[in-house]
Amino acid sequence: MTITQSLFYFLAFVAIFSSLLVVLVKNPVHSVLYLILTFFTLTGEYILLNAQFVGIVNIIVYAGAIMVLFLFVIMLLNLNVETEPQKTNLLKFVGVITGGVGLAVLTAALKSTDPSNTVVLQNADMGLVKNLGQVLFKEFLLPFEIVSILFLSAMVGAVLLARKEPKQ
Amino acid sequence: MENITNAITLVPLNHYILLSSIIFFIGIIGVLTRRNAIVIFMSIELMLNAVNLLLTAFSAYRGDAAGQVFVFFIMAVAAAEVAVGLAIIVMIYRNTNSIDIDLLDKLKN
Repeated sequence: MTITQSLFYFLAFVAIFSSLLVVLVKNPVHSVLYLILTFFTLTGEYILLNAQFVGIVNIIVYAGAIMVLFLFVIMLLNLNVETEPQKTNLLKFVGVITGGVGLAVLTAALKSTDPSNTVVLQNADMGLVKNLGQVLFKEFLLPFEIVSILFLSAMVGAVLLARKEPKQ
Repeated sequence: MENITNAITLVPLNHYILLSSIIFFIGIIGVLTRRNAIVIFMSIELMLNAVNLLLTAFSAYRGDAAGQVFVFFIMAVAAAEVAVGLAIIVMIYRNTNSIDIDLLDKLKN
């Protein structure tokens, strides 16, 4: 096993471990911190796939912006372990069984396929910003512009929701 | 750069699919078993990230840049969803003083 291969399996192990902890820990703040760790390991996987644009955007958007928003809301609401609502054991059991059965079905379907080839990059610098930008602004120009409208409406919606209602 | 390019040729595509499906189902279990609305949101983020990893792996495998552009769009939609969703959660907390989703059965009656 080469060092890069072992790097993939190490990152995969840390990603699975920390995403399990996101679900398992009681404190929401710890949950957010483990989620950030998961995002960093996934960024490592993107770098291994030579998808540098996706990796950098993952750090900036997810670990930078979205997680700060989560932490800010959790601090604002002053949540901690005491206020953490708990489900009954039956519901937890049912949820774990449902997820486990789904994973088993997907793994079985994956096993019945032919053993896959290794990932070979046909175009080594495909994931660089220059190439992706050309694809984005040539083939996906209309979706890109529609995303800006989506952002505008999301911003207006968030401001409208968070505004205090005037007293009648 | 050359080292990175050679590195990818050693990991089979099946392992990427297995990794992202494990993370996806951890996210599903999180949505089903937690009652805190914010933790449910974070589990949805986990599922979106699993799909992003799968799209990137397939895109690298096929040599098609469209998959990585789709990842960009998924991130944009996720950011918008989080902005609106957290605003809704804050409003729910202001009205009910709790973010327990089991209290939100007002649509039932």
